[in-house]
Amino acid sequence: MDILKKAGLAIALPIVLFAGWFWLSDGSENFYSPPLRTILTAFGDTWTLERLRTDVAPSLLRLLAGFLLAALIGIGLGVAIGLNRRLRAVLEPVLEFFRAIPPPVLVPVIMLFAGIGDGMKVIVIVFGCIWPILLNTVEGVRATDSVVLDTARAYGVTGPARLTRVILPSASPQIAAGLRQALSIAIILMVISEMFASSNGLGFTIVQFQRSFAIPEMWSGIILLGLLGFALSLLFRLAERWALRWYEGLRAAQRRAG
Amino acid sequence: MTSARRGNPVLLGSAGLAGLLLLLELLPRLGLVDERFLPPTSRIASALADEVSTAVFWQSLGDTLYAWAAGLLIAVVAGVLAGLVIGSVPVLRALTASTVEFLRPIPSVALIPLAVLLYGTDLGSTLLLVCYASFWQVLVQVLYGVADVDPVAEETARSFRFSAWGRVRYVLWPTALPYVFTGFRLAASVALVLAITAELVIGSPGLGKDIATAQASDAVPTMYALIVVTGALGVIINLLTRTGERRLLAWHQSVRGEVAV
Repeated sequence: MDILKKAGLAIALPIVLFAGWFWLSDGSENFYSPPLRTILTAFGDTWTLERLRTDVAPSLLRLLAGFLLAALIGIGLGVAIGLNRRLRAVLEPVLEFFRAIPPPVLVPVIMLFAGIGDGMKVIVIVFGCIWPILLNTVEGVRATDSVVLDTARAYGVTGPARLTRVILPSASPQIAAGLRQALSIAIILMVISEMFASSNGLGFTIVQFQRSFAIPEMWSGIILLGLLGFALSLLFRLAERWALRWYEGLRAAQRRAG
Repeated sequence: MTSARRGNPVLLGSAGLAGLLLLLELLPRLGLVDERFLPPTSRIASALADEVSTAVFWQSLGDTLYAWAAGLLIAVVAGVLAGLVIGSVPVLRALTASTVEFLRPIPSVALIPLAVLLYGTDLGSTLLLVCYASFWQVLVQVLYGVADVDPVAEETARSFRFSAWGRVRYVLWPTALPYVFTGFRLAASVALVLAITAELVIGSPGLGKDIATAQASDAVPTMYALIVVTGALGVIINLLTRTGERRLLAWHQSVRGEVAV
């Protein structure tokens, strides 16, 4: 009963909004906001398997490659910087500056170096989303509990074991927060880099629709991008919850005790 | 802090910045990087000096800041009002939770084509993107803040027969305020990113458009100079919002810290 009520509350508003859009836009003469019925038909016609393979798959692959590379480099550098106090003091202002640059302005710069191919888009994504990962890793490593560190040292846990058993786990909640921020930046950069210069990809296709005034197709592209953003953040949350389940448990126990 | 023994962080930080500038000067001079792609620091600096002396630059800076400020203001007011209303009515909260969770991760750049169709290359399309992206930052933080209200304080206010307005003013608002500030701080930097992005991609007036123009006309040092300006803007906005937060919330527990009993 309780679950039923919860589910009802969760889907009530989306249904009302969807029905409202459908009903209000039905028979709409406005060129820019066609009836939802038309958009949905266009969605089915536009995003065929063939289209998904030629336009959506390359986008997603570039996104994945850029995000993973950024995560690898960001966490690696972040651990190194976080462990060394002097290095951190030297690099902090530089990193703060790079983080403050709005990532999309990197697109024209990287186009100079890497042309307009796949490489450019992956590099843009890496450059844009590495900063939150890097800075959060530095913070997380720095905030490792000193008692835990001393205990590990007393037990002779050194070298790689110290890194993988003590420092990385203790920094992982913070790293996950950085990765989450980076993911939304990566999606933005995926779209922007394709809007700028490309011959395929989701961003490219949507802008083509807009330029050729294929309005229902453009709307269907916006909806697809929205669904994609939602699905990726959902996937990330599931992965995070699985990887950090010890941390959630710890937090819950602390809250009960506190 | 043991900063005296470990070296002054301000000094080390300045050394880091100086090192970066030197590196960027040397890389192209030594021919390690093509000078057409990455001009030396001195050329970027002189391009920056040229830019700063033109009226066009200040006009663009003004346009960008105006779009940033106006979009941020709309998003913060709307986010705080919606957050307080949704957060304090449990039914509304339960009803909207799934919709908020769905709409929030939608990348704001998905709206670019729509903005172009609706507003062309006007300020309006920048504002649409800025408002959309920053609204969620504020709304979600306000919702957290309202959920954080101490039940004892809420019940005390009820038993003293505070009016609904009194409860909002004296219980809800002080609890939510630090969250509102966090939301404001996040929204302020997101708003800048989106303002510049919109100008860059759509071509509405501002620094982003100038960067695109500089790139298209092969004025590489100018392009770098403008990018440095956007980075500096970002740093200044971060610093201002962080300092403002500390100043204005000096009375609050989260800033004051725990008082030993």
